[in-house]
Amino acid sequence: MRKQNKKPKTAMGWVFQEIFEAYPVLMPVTILCIIISAGISAIPSIFMERIFDVIETGLSQGADWSQLGGRILSYVMVLGGLYVFSLLIASFYQQALAIMGQGSLMAMRNRMFASMQRLPIRYFDTHKHGDIMSYYTNDIDLLRQLITQVVPNALMQGTILVCVFFIMLYYSIPLALIVVAGSVLMTIVAKKFGTTASRHFMANQKYMGAMEGYIQEMMNGQKVVKVFSHEKEALAGFVDISDKFYGESRSGNRYANMLMPLVANMGNIIYVIVAFAGGMFLISGMGNLSLSGSAFSIAIVVAFLQMTRQFSNNITQISSQLGFVVMAIAGAERIFTLISEEPERDEGTVELVNATEKDGVLQESPRRTGLWAWKQPGEAEGTATYEKLQGDVRFFDVSFGYVPEKTVLHDITLYAKPGQKVAFVGSTGAGKTTITNLINRFYDIQEGEIRYDGIDIAKIKKADLRRSLGMVLQDTNLFTGTIMDNIRYGNTAASDEECIAAAKMVGAHSFIAQLPNGYQTFLTGNGAMLSQGQRQLLSIARAAVADPPVMIMDEATSSIDTRTEEIVQKGMDALMQGRTVFVIAHRLSTVRNSDVIMVLEHGRIIERGNHEELIAQKGTYYKLYTGAFELD
Amino acid sequence: MIRIIRHSLREYKIPTIITMILVIFEGILECMIPFTIAQLISSVRLSDMDSIRNYGLVLVLLAIASLVCGAGSGMASADAVTGLSRNLRKDMFERIQSFSFENIDKFSTPSIVTRLTTDVMNVQQSFMMIIRMVMRAPVMIIFATVMSFRISRDISMMFLGMIPFVAVMLFIIVRLVMPVFRRAFRKYDNLNASVEENIEGIRVVKTYVHEDLEEEKFKKASHDMMANFTTAERILAWNAPLLQLCIYTVITAALYIGAQTIINSQGLTLNVGGISSIVVYGMQILMSLNILSMVFTMISMSMESAERIEEILDEEPTIKNPADPVLEVADGSIDFDHVSFAYGKDSAEVLEDIDLHIHEGETIGIVGGTGSSKTSLISLISRLYDVTGGSVKVGGRDVRDYDLDTLRREVAVVLQKNVLFSGTIKENLRWGDPDATDEELMEACRLARADEFISTFPDGYDTYIEQGGTNVSGGQKQRLCIARALLRKPKVLILDDSTSAVDTYTDACIRKAFRESLPKTTKLIIAQRISSVQDCDRIIVLDQGRINGIGNHEELLRSNTIYREVFESQQRKAVEENA
Repeated sequence: MRKQNKKPKTAMGWVFQEIFEAYPVLMPVTILCIIISAGISAIPSIFMERIFDVIETGLSQGADWSQLGGRILSYVMVLGGLYVFSLLIASFYQQALAIMGQGSLMAMRNRMFASMQRLPIRYFDTHKHGDIMSYYTNDIDLLRQLITQVVPNALMQGTILVCVFFIMLYYSIPLALIVVAGSVLMTIVAKKFGTTASRHFMANQKYMGAMEGYIQEMMNGQKVVKVFSHEKEALAGFVDISDKFYGESRSGNRYANMLMPLVANMGNIIYVIVAFAGGMFLISGMGNLSLSGSAFSIAIVVAFLQMTRQFSNNITQISSQLGFVVMAIAGAERIFTLISEEPERDEGTVELVNATEKDGVLQESPRRTGLWAWKQPGEAEGTATYEKLQGDVRFFDVSFGYVPEKTVLHDITLYAKPGQKVAFVGSTGAGKTTITNLINRFYDIQEGEIRYDGIDIAKIKKADLRRSLGMVLQDTNLFTGTIMDNIRYGNTAASDEECIAAAKMVGAHSFIAQLPNGYQTFLTGNGAMLSQGQRQLLSIARAAVADPPVMIMDEATSSIDTRTEEIVQKGMDALMQGRTVFVIAHRLSTVRNSDVIMVLEHGRIIERGNHEELIAQKGTYYKLYTGAFELD
Repeated sequence: MIRIIRHSLREYKIPTIITMILVIFEGILECMIPFTIAQLISSVRLSDMDSIRNYGLVLVLLAIASLVCGAGSGMASADAVTGLSRNLRKDMFERIQSFSFENIDKFSTPSIVTRLTTDVMNVQQSFMMIIRMVMRAPVMIIFATVMSFRISRDISMMFLGMIPFVAVMLFIIVRLVMPVFRRAFRKYDNLNASVEENIEGIRVVKTYVHEDLEEEKFKKASHDMMANFTTAERILAWNAPLLQLCIYTVITAALYIGAQTIINSQGLTLNVGGISSIVVYGMQILMSLNILSMVFTMISMSMESAERIEEILDEEPTIKNPADPVLEVADGSIDFDHVSFAYGKDSAEVLEDIDLHIHEGETIGIVGGTGSSKTSLISLISRLYDVTGGSVKVGGRDVRDYDLDTLRREVAVVLQKNVLFSGTIKENLRWGDPDATDEELMEACRLARADEFISTFPDGYDTYIEQGGTNVSGGQKQRLCIARALLRKPKVLILDDSTSAVDTYTDACIRKAFRESLPKTTKLIIAQRISSVQDCDRIIVLDQGRINGIGNHEELLRSNTIYREVFESQQRKAVEENA
């Protein structure tokens, strides 16, 4: 766990803390640079006013260039100097922004991934994977724009606004008030349009998700669509969603596109009003109210008009981003929710250690000995008792429900002695998979107790508990990398030879050896280039390398041809040898060879015993076995 | 890109043209505004209230006109670009629906999803840039230059000198940054793919306690991607200072030269208002150049997306309806006349010289090991693929003469890799026949032995099937798929390993029901288990794309070694299990 100085409470707080933690010096320096640079770009109005003043008074006095040129040149020189300074700063902070923006995004991505890795399985079972993915794509992208563009620009424009505002006050308070009143109006309009647009865009996001889901489903079933000549219906369904998407997207774009011309031209109208008012003030000769105390002059009005333009331009820029900010904050909040999720809890204290046995007494060993022991910390500091890892798993009156209102397993009591094979049989939804979810604590039980070698599994550190349990699931998941990498996934300490030996043991070696690159064949897309049976063999080899005393297996139901099925079956049998095995069985041969068969129905064990006993009972198992039901 | 826009714009041509016209007006108006402002300022300078009022009025009118043009073009362009992507999506999806199996095999599902979503959005963004900016920026550059010439020739010449410099610099930046961005985006795709892999395989990660390992892997990839994006953005970060440099040069030079001109001409050729305006024109020119470079970047970035869309639109369906299709299938007889077949022009033949004649109402079993081309053989009957040599006839006519819908209505295939769709059981069954009555649905389910388990569901036929049919068991799914095919009331029914997850007893019941209730339907059954085919009228043994033997169970046991071996090995296993 990383130490955090202070846990941020809001999404945006987190974002800025993340940037600040990554760049404690660069971030404030950059902010300062942006402010200075913005300040400088607000200044030209002052110089313009000065130069115009020199020109106007010079003209009225009939002075020529030789008299005025020097003063004008000095103003221009100072201005130029400031500009050079500002350029240097801008070049620096632009680079800094690029580095910080990407760097802090990386930090946030990494934080997000690290948090996600430590979430309980429940999170993944209850959230759509597409939604989780969109945190990494859409929402991070919103944040990228926010950090690298919107926030720096807003800071820049905000600073200019403040500077220009004070310069305006310096020259003339009444005219400044006109500009401010107009700007408030502009902002209101912009906010209205901006938020309406972003509301449509957010609705759009929802339809995008629906559209992706629809395409995915139809493409996976495209051959069925063809066989049933269902093309027109499939298209009609798609057009329906696509049109909803279009509707929202059109409205969103309309509002977003209209915003700029609307606000910018409101700025032009304010400009006219200021020009008109300035002219009136000049002609009527009414007194000026200003911080400088200077009276109205042509130069002031002209410079003021320049500032009005600058002011309203910046208002336009800032307000056009309002809608986007709403969206980006929503994105940041979704990411923040993910990283704030409660990670998988682990109160276990019992560890799995290498051990040596001498005269029946276990001792901890720093080396890999092949003998494992559970290390239970004793009462006193530094003491511990050791228990040999054997693979004895017992359930005592276990009840469980994924949600508290609905119990799916009732009072399950069972035991598997070391080396025994326990088969679960029953229809879909009877609770077979649920039982296997409990042994490795993917989910925690609500009632009862599960003991592993006599130790309550809640007391065992999760990492160590899982290391002692192997798992082969129906859906095979391979990772991008070589075949060797994928087998070694079971035990990263395994040598190449050990991996190959495992592959040989489960019968995967022959097909791997036939591939052009053998064990170095690079797999992508969940091993898309391999057949279903081959992928299963790899996942079995992976479990074999891990060499755990207890295995949980879910036999595949997917139809693979008889020959491959035989090979896979042999691989599974090889893996089961000498281990405690919990198997969700779909094949009669597996069931028959089991020491204990548990027939499950509606979350209860309704029959138990070995094959002969259950056949003699002539109950549900008998009916299953004689073919009146399918094993599934 | 232009090609797909031309192809799919259709009814949205009008808003596109309106947008282009309006943005040109908007650009011109935007250039006229600073000019009027200059007039206004000189009126202010002369304290001439009348001309302030006049020019003010002109300016307000210009602003309103510009607002109308701007808002109008905004709306029209929104319609045009979202309309384009709507049509693109529809065209692509429609094209995909016309794909044959051969076409479908070429594209993976995720790649089609990306093409229909992200790629279309990218093209939409580019198109927006093109119609809103590409027309407007040159117009603005020309107008701003002309207007500034009217104010001051000297200062304008300076602008003209600066344009090529800025253009070249911007071009260099774009050229430098583009390949880096391409690389970075590819890394980004890879990173996302690995996140997806991790989410899908989270149980494996947790089982092997590899959270730390995965985090390390991710961090490395994430850092790699960050490094590329940082390089790209750092190059791009020179854009802003470059433009600032030019703008600052324009302002200082305009001020100095302008002041000199005013004083030397005693305010006759130029006034202070003119300087303000000329500065604005200078900025407009530079900004337009910048926008052009942005548009250029966007278009080149979306080129790849456009190409991916084109790939779909250009993919020619390999199987099309004939010009003068036959709309009636006479009967359920099937003839293979010396058929050979390969999955591509250069691929090896998977079926060789198949000569086979099946009568109406016959039940045919097909057995053979993996790679013996059982599925390929039956795919030719409903023209899921076309033969490469010889011909396949149904009802006495070449399948290539039939209307595809007609043929596929009469030849129903239950695919090996079958799929149910999200929706109720009824909705799924009605894929077979949209007009089927509830009685017909139940009858089909009775034949397929699906009625029993459906009736145990609390919602019965209205039970909602999740996407991919995950909430029914494998055997149940297969039986629903059979019922769905039965509802077509086909003349030919093909089951491709469709009862592998169904127990032997139920399997036998289904076959018995077929025999009794569908005597006139020709039935083809592919199976792994000999027990699933042994009561067929004739059984075909396929081996490496050739017919190895034909006959009934007893005949084949006597004469065919492959058949006998498979049968004996399955018998042995059954005996072992019962021992």
